[in-house]
Amino acid sequence: MDLILTPNLPDPDGFYDDLLAAHEGLSAEESHALNARLVLILANHVGDRAVLRAALRAARDGGETNAGGSGGAAAP
Amino acid sequence: MVQARYDIAFRLYPYERVAAQSQPPRRHPVVIVGGGPVGLAAALDLGRRGTPVLLLDDHEGAGKGSRAICFARRTLEIADRLGAVAPMREKGVVWNIGKVFYGEDRLFEFDLSPEPGHRHPAFINLQQPYFEKFLMEEIRAAQARGAPLEIRGCNAVTALTDRGDHVHLEIGTPDGPYALEAEWLIACDGARSPVREGLGLSFDGRVFEDNFLIADVRMTADFPTERWFWFEPPFEGAGQSALLHRQPDDVWRLDFQLGWDIDRKAELDPAAVRRRVDGMLGQGAEYDLIWTSIYTFQCRRMERFRRGRVLFAGDSAHQVSPFGARGANSGVQDAENLAWKLDLVVRGLAPETLLDSYCAEREHGADENILNSTRATDFLTPKSEISAVFRNAVLDLARDHPFARAMVNSGRLSVPCVYDGMPLNGPDALDGPAVSRVGAPCPDAPVGDGFLLGRLGDGFTLLTFDVDAPAHVEEGGVVARRLAFEAPTGALRERYLGQAERAVYLIRPDQHVAARWAHCDEAAIRRALRAATGAEPWI
Ligand SMILES: Cc1cc2nc3c(=O)[nH]c(=O)nc-3n(C[C@H](O)[C@H](O)[C@H](O)COP(=O)(O)OP(=O)(O)OC[C@H]3O[C@@H](n4cnc5c(N)ncnc54)[C@H](O)[C@@H]3O)c2cc1C
Repeated sequence: MDLILTPNLPDPDGFYDDLLAAHEGLSAEESHALNARLVLILANHVGDRAVLRAALRAARDGGETNAGGSGGAAAP
Repeated sequence: MVQARYDIAFRLYPYERVAAQSQPPRRHPVVIVGGGPVGLAAALDLGRRGTPVLLLDDHEGAGKGSRAICFARRTLEIADRLGAVAPMREKGVVWNIGKVFYGEDRLFEFDLSPEPGHRHPAFINLQQPYFEKFLMEEIRAAQARGAPLEIRGCNAVTALTDRGDHVHLEIGTPDGPYALEAEWLIACDGARSPVREGLGLSFDGRVFEDNFLIADVRMTADFPTERWFWFEPPFEGAGQSALLHRQPDDVWRLDFQLGWDIDRKAELDPAAVRRRVDGMLGQGAEYDLIWTSIYTFQCRRMERFRRGRVLFAGDSAHQVSPFGARGANSGVQDAENLAWKLDLVVRGLAPETLLDSYCAEREHGADENILNSTRATDFLTPKSEISAVFRNAVLDLARDHPFARAMVNSGRLSVPCVYDGMPLNGPDALDGPAVSRVGAPCPDAPVGDGFLLGRLGDGFTLLTFDVDAPAHVEEGGVVARRLAFEAPTGALRERYLGQAERAVYLIRPDQHVAARWAHCDEAAIRRALRAATGAEPWI
């Protein structure tokens, strides 16, 4: 399986709402912890190391673009 | 003069003056420096094979103090082959249940209950001095049977020179210095290895910036025989993690993670130690403190485990943090990997290059152990804010979700490595189970009223299942002796045949699989024997 980076969520706005709602009322620290739990839960659900590696790469590259780094220089 | 660096728990090899001390240097085929678990195992293995060994140690026996307590199945299997396992099993504590706590909460428990069909359990707990004592007792027994083994206590190696075809050693004793020569030298002289230092070889790796307080206490409390591990323990001053583990003789190992910036002296004050221990065991618990010490841990290894005529084994070659109990356990595997190879080389039955396979295989083993114990240490002591966030997220989820329990890492079981893709390997020409693939240590299985590993012996074995084969196959003086099974059932079938109908295995003296086939081809067996003894690679 390849990492899906094209639209795959039926209701993107709805999901985004859910995500923010889950964080509502949490301190930055609590949100941080929730995100970490969420990552672990989703990672286990995906259950495919190759896909997860690709996702980690994509997430890291995305951050670099934002920070004005070497955007999109996808590692092999 | 020989400076004592530590106290002795058991005086196993008292100093005795020998004639060699007043004679010109004598040459020995194999000299071992260091009588810890690794040196003793190597000496016993070589001596049983009939290769003369001289072991030198700068003390007179096993050191006192808290070191290894968990000895893994593979170590017991090796001790079994060496004839030393019975007292270990008798004295050792078997434990199966581990409990993991996070603060006040019990997160989950795991059960190591042995997979059926092995002679030995996954682990026993036994104080390291006992382990050394039992090896030494078997060395004495082997000596009485005529094995060419000599142990000299209070003989400190003070200098060495590699002279190409031998190593020259200077030895210090209570009666002054003398010299001797070794055709081969095995350095089992521990993490500070004076031999390694003497040769100017590096020992690089990672130091973990953390201190662990270890207290061994004797008490007759009825705590269950389980391993209890706390992340962020709820009791006063316990540090970031704590461990409670049972040993023989009503002794318990308590372990507290104290962090990096501590006042060692203050922490070792008995009153301070007692406050911590009281916190863990509960006020009013009655116990004797029998040993306390503070450790820092590192993970590092030598680049090469061989330098000319000097071979490094155990802590001298590699050091791991104790989470996962891989120090002594992996060192004993080094000893067994090296012993049969050196024996063949000394007898002229294998080329010297066979010893390079010791490096390849055991450096691979060390890397695997370092990887595992580094991961455990990183989980226990998160190195950054975000790693602490993830670590705690895993612990929070572990309370309710089995998937997260699999990520909780307070040390992974020590299991032997598989020599996948290593130079001595022959063909894997059987559609057989992965557990017994080429390079793997033979899995044990019940046979008759005993177990398979007990039937393998000290040499090469040709293990056949429903296949006709010669009783012996000999190649260049090295013999593989046949061990035949007809219509195997149960674990034996499952672990060696799987879906296959018949099989032929060539097993090395250290019980690793050298090659396997679906039928018997004597020419192929000979070639595999040549490959397994370093005479000629299979490919
Ligand atoms: C707190 C703690 C807990 C541990 N728990 C475990 C565990 O549960 N399981 C496990 O497998 N491992 C464990 N270990 C690791 C284990 O103790 C070591 O890996 C093991 O002792 C290594 O054995 P060795 O024979 O290589 O070296 P050592 O045991 O260090 O022996 C080296 C010997 O060489 C001698 N020597 C040194 N210099 C000279 C010289 N110049 N001349 C002559 N002799 C010399 C020394 O006196 C000593 O007898 C633990 C370690 C610690 C510190």
